[in-house]
Amino acid sequence: MKPFAYLRARSADEAVRESSSRPGAVFLGGGTNLVDLMKLGVEAPELLIDISRLPLDRVADTADGGLRIGATVRNSDLAAHPAVRTRYPALSQALLSGASGQLRNTATTGGNLLQRTRCPYFQDTSKPCNKREPGTGCPARDSAQRDLAVLGHSEHCVATHPSDLAVALSALDADVQLHGPDGGRTVSAAAFHRLPGDTPDRDTEIRPGELITDVVLPPRPHGAASLYRKARDRASFAFALASVAAVLSVRAGRIEHAALAFGGLAHRPWRAWAAEDVLRGAPATDETFARAVDAELAAARPLRENAFKVGLARNLAVDALAELAADS
Amino acid sequence: MSQAPPPLGTPVLRHEGREKVTGTARYAAEHTPPGCLYGWPVPATLARGRVDAIRAQEALALPGVHAVLTHDNAPRLKEPDDPVLAVLQNDRVPHRGWPVALVVADTPEGARAGAEALRITYETAGHDVLLGEDHPGLYIPETVNGGYPAVRERGDIERAFATAPVQIDATYTIGALHNHPMEPHATTAQWDEGGHLTVYDSSQGSTKVRDSLATAFGIRPQQITAVSEHVGGGFGSKGTPRPQAVLAAMAARHTGRPVKIALPRRQMPAVTGHRAPTVQHVRLGADLDGTLTAVGHEIITHTSTVKEFVEQAAVPARIMYGSATSRTAHRVVALDVPSPSWMRAPGEAPGMYALESAMDELASALGMDPVELRIRNDPANEPDSGRAFSSRGLAACLEKGAARFGWYDRDPRPAIREEGPLLLGTGVAAATYPVYIAPSSASAHAAPDGSYRIRVNATDIGTGARTVLAQIAADALGAPLENVRIDIGSSDLPDAPLAGGSSGTASWGWSVHKACTLLRRQTGERTGPVPADGLTVTADTQQETAEESPYARHAFGAHFAEVAVHSRTGEVRLRRMLGVFAAGRILNSRTARSQFIGGMTMGVGMALTEASTMDPVFGDFTESDLASYHVPACADVPEIEAHWIDEEDPHLNPMGSKGIGEIGIVGAAAAVGNAVRHATGIRLRSLPLTPDTLLPYLL
Repeated sequence: MKPFAYLRARSADEAVRESSSRPGAVFLGGGTNLVDLMKLGVEAPELLIDISRLPLDRVADTADGGLRIGATVRNSDLAAHPAVRTRYPALSQALLSGASGQLRNTATTGGNLLQRTRCPYFQDTSKPCNKREPGTGCPARDSAQRDLAVLGHSEHCVATHPSDLAVALSALDADVQLHGPDGGRTVSAAAFHRLPGDTPDRDTEIRPGELITDVVLPPRPHGAASLYRKARDRASFAFALASVAAVLSVRAGRIEHAALAFGGLAHRPWRAWAAEDVLRGAPATDETFARAVDAELAAARPLRENAFKVGLARNLAVDALAELAADS
Repeated sequence: MSQAPPPLGTPVLRHEGREKVTGTARYAAEHTPPGCLYGWPVPATLARGRVDAIRAQEALALPGVHAVLTHDNAPRLKEPDDPVLAVLQNDRVPHRGWPVALVVADTPEGARAGAEALRITYETAGHDVLLGEDHPGLYIPETVNGGYPAVRERGDIERAFATAPVQIDATYTIGALHNHPMEPHATTAQWDEGGHLTVYDSSQGSTKVRDSLATAFGIRPQQITAVSEHVGGGFGSKGTPRPQAVLAAMAARHTGRPVKIALPRRQMPAVTGHRAPTVQHVRLGADLDGTLTAVGHEIITHTSTVKEFVEQAAVPARIMYGSATSRTAHRVVALDVPSPSWMRAPGEAPGMYALESAMDELASALGMDPVELRIRNDPANEPDSGRAFSSRGLAACLEKGAARFGWYDRDPRPAIREEGPLLLGTGVAAATYPVYIAPSSASAHAAPDGSYRIRVNATDIGTGARTVLAQIAADALGAPLENVRIDIGSSDLPDAPLAGGSSGTASWGWSVHKACTLLRRQTGERTGPVPADGLTVTADTQQETAEESPYARHAFGAHFAEVAVHSRTGEVRLRRMLGVFAAGRILNSRTARSQFIGGMTMGVGMALTEASTMDPVFGDFTESDLASYHVPACADVPEIEAHWIDEEDPHLNPMGSKGIGEIGIVGAAAAVGNAVRHATGIRLRSLPLTPDTLLPYLL
């Protein structure tokens, strides 16, 4: 491990200022992924700017009935928050399905969104990886790739994004608020993470020096219920083989609001826009749900070993929608 | 004052439990002699070839880096007793992950930085890492692990199988599995001015470590003290010393300073052994009443080019069931892969997965209850040798387990129990593990104050060895337990074998029992008090253990499992599991239960979660950390029970015990797999049963 400097930021402004002015600076939240990557030699920052003690650890109602979540709110605290549990159950369920109790106690909201892929080639510096070292190639395509992407991948990268939280935020139409050298801006959670294209080294739309300060949830759509379902190799402490976050409201048998996002399938949480187009206004039947999900997954291009993910995601999504419809 | 010792079997608390939970028990990496340096092994990054050059200037220029050992400058070793220890002796790279250098620095971080700064070039040769049934390099070895013959045949199995009215002919595959003990392998080594080497090594047997290092360094065993005081698991991977022990001793000699190496988790799969993958072809022929007439179990597996290690997966079929004809055979191919080695119940664990799955298939084909089928074929004598069993409790385990589990109410039809989207099913499988015993020595000392001190170089790898040996000593001495002090975990103590082959307690215990019995006789025969400097008796069991038993000696068991399979995701979750074991006399019910359920849990991992991929391009195991190599989490093991039957077997050792460290894993995976088949109607013949393997059949 390369020696690095450590700075405990006293304000978001200071954090951003230092980050912009010092090369090789990175923000440190809970450190549950960053520190691992430093040990592996994947990340070698010059400066760690610790933002974990900034006053960004609050969860508060917004004026319009939504919820503002500070970037340093711990995953455990967020999952247990009464407003989250009652109004955004998909978010609470997503958090609780991730990592382990100990990790959730440490991991932060912002850090969770910025965690890196667990693709084994990305984590092994003795092997090529376009995400870690652009231009070196992607060996995952020809090697172990059961866990990798079926949607939106490119010849340069077949990694998946590992976050459960991000999938729920995407379906809940959350916004990510950023504070940077040029001031603040907002990016929707659904657009925050990128597809790999020919620049797989860039996971998100975040710009140099920008800090996530908050995640803002809009008010829950009228009558909408939400849930998160995840399939995995063991009952706890495993990344999603596939997961789904679904939000649905039904009135008089017809779908009013529908949002669907997949995890474990792509380089970013996969917002199922095509499925939502089918769902909106359609009768809330199993036939509709299947047709909608199939419309979305028609774009899947599985690799040699991971075709099972398509069927798995389909079942998860159809069942999630049916469960929400039955409860509404 | 003189209270009786607790009877053997009492659930005595672990001696060192308090030290362990309060963090004061010191493990190998927690010994830091003054001036200690830290070593970081540098793994080869190609699967086969030669080191062309290692340029160390930049690494050596880093602050705190003291030395870089390579094949150019490392101390020359004599030929080690295990070829995996011949590190840094030449430029050959036999597999990816083989250590090609060691960086030694003031801090672990400095050593790691030095490792990253090395410039290593290789000459690459093509590699061959994939096991396949048609691999041209497959050959029949002379013997397999444990010294068993590779091939055994009785009668004309081809004819018996061809004419059997009911036939099962199936192939089962298991990928590589990794031991991954909680405590990674670690060594702290120090040479003193007189040339005496002290190593603190995380090992299953420090007598073995001492002897192996003595051979490698060409010194007398008396010049080495190997200490393994507390060990955080091994599961076979610490049964023999690993390269970090040699590297630490080399580096300590090279630098003249103590050197500590704690292997990072990610380096472990390449250098600490693994369970080799197996492809197992099982043929069972039976009459319509279920009587077996043909048992064929033929396996292929891999070894490395460094050494031959052959997983003896077909050996349990020589013991389990009566049959007029049998063929059990092993073939192996040497690939450019890390060297396989012992992993909990080598042979039995994979072999009984296949055999016990095939027995379940046979029961289905016959329309017979699988418990009944096994009892029907319970042989009077060991099928392969014809020897009488010293005791064989398989039928008793099956019957007791079936009653406790509620097996007899079971509807055998598959795929009919639904609970929402879940499919429920139950399965059974048998277990067996041989009785091994090795010579051991021990001393017993009586002090005038009525206390006793027992010395034996046993190793406690988490099993409770100290505790049970103290019980054995107290019992033999007729003394209260608190008057017995037990010293283990150092090669300066009387020589003793390693904690392996489920033989530790029997081997060490016999020598402790013998020393204590002799001491008790001596003190009893004396007139007058114990002299001021006490009385000491040393005993060894060379003679007793050299006598070959006329009996076939094995432990047996039965597993019952209930699973829920999610019909829409393919996720399999264990609901409950119950094991019953016949393992002679149980010496401590608390620590024994812990070992049984630990083994069963590991078997659940083998069945459901533990998957390792041999990367065809790079030639290494892809899943190299505990985030990707999925051992069961607590949530995967909701309800698990271990029971045993009271087995009196006079043909074992003075305590009447069989080993219990390994049998818990044997057959466990088959019980789970059979339950999955009962739940879903789907018979998968490859482990683990992850969603990707089941889902195609459920959709």
